[in-house]
Amino acid sequence: MRILYFLFLAVLFACNQPSGPRTLPILGERDVVNGDTIYPAVPDFSFVDQDGQVVTNALFADKIYVVDFFFIHCPTICPKVKANGLRIYEKYKNDDRIMLLSHSIDVKNDTVAALKRHADKLGIESRRWRMVTGDHDAIYDIADDYFSVAVENPDAPGGFDHSGRLILVDKNRHVRSFCDGTDAEDVDRFMLDIDALLDEQFGRSK
Amino acid sequence: MLFSKKGILLPLIACLLALVQCESNPYREGERLYKMNCANCHLDDGAGLGALIPPLAGADYLAAHRERLPCILKYGLKDTIVVNGTVYAEAMPGVQTLSAIQIANILNYINTNWGNNLPPYRLDEVRALLEDCE
Ligand code: HEC
Repeated sequence: MRILYFLFLAVLFACNQPSGPRTLPILGERDVVNGDTIYPAVPDFSFVDQDGQVVTNALFADKIYVVDFFFIHCPTICPKVKANGLRIYEKYKNDDRIMLLSHSIDVKNDTVAALKRHADKLGIESRRWRMVTGDHDAIYDIADDYFSVAVENPDAPGGFDHSGRLILVDKNRHVRSFCDGTDAEDVDRFMLDIDALLDEQFGRSK
Repeated sequence: MLFSKKGILLPLIACLLALVQCESNPYREGERLYKMNCANCHLDDGAGLGALIPPLAGADYLAAHRERLPCILKYGLKDTIVVNGTVYAEAMPGVQTLSAIQIANILNYINTNWGNNLPPYRLDEVRALLEDCE
């Protein structure tokens, strides 16, 4: 009986965690060099978006952004991830501090024109959501830096394996959170992380 | 107080209600197959996605093309179609391994969910329609 009581208390306290400002961790392996901690950061990149514009890190210099990897003719998880991406887009579409960045891993078929058509059919504005293509290796390499999986695999549906992750990057190029983009509840949790990061990096009141 | 009768009774009633709720859905197999084969694209609530994937919830296409649906599920669709006034011109892969019974179950799940209220398919009807797919 006593044990039960303790269990009950433990659960009670678990539910009552203070819900004040949270600081998200910086994800990934860190190095210590000469006493300084070095956090992993997204490297320089240069891709081309649905309007044929070059997109580099500079676009996100003073913004936080949400990343994913997809391909247009994806028969599996992509529509679910896109639908959840759209929820994030809708919630923050008037907020200049945040953008979305989707990378196509099917560089052969997903041309700039195809990406444009796709973006138009989703009904999104490039001001807020960039869909990019680019050098094959550059895209596959950067997926690693975002802790995301992208592999060509002729046996997988549509020819590619990839995780449906959505990844949150802060304005210092650090990955701070991610979620399973196919899982609406996990995306709800992720949007709370977005709010926490906005508060942390841009100050509390907007 | 904690373990009072009320404290136990309420969750019990809630559980019972939940059970009844599940049992009253006659197309559970259809729901399972839908989640496995279709929900990735048409989404769990049948809402579809922008002008890329047509909705199934409240879709006028379902009643208007009743005879065509079993073949679409089995062999896919690559056409230009209009659903609730929006033009869709993408491709849907079929699931050739679906049996007539499974197709009937999926379609009946769709026809009776998300506000849809269409007459169910009979098994012999689905079998006959599958005979002459294009
Ligand atoms: C890879 C994504 C994808 C999958 C998986 C998929 N569909 Fe579709 N579906 C589409 C697209 C795209 C269209 C429109 C095709 C066109 O324009 O020719 C469509 C059209 C339809 C239509 C006719 C239009 C409408 O909305 O009423 C029905 C019915 C339908 N799908 C049901 C299903 C069912 C049931 C399944 C599972 C067995 C399924 N689909 C699996 C993408 C998909």
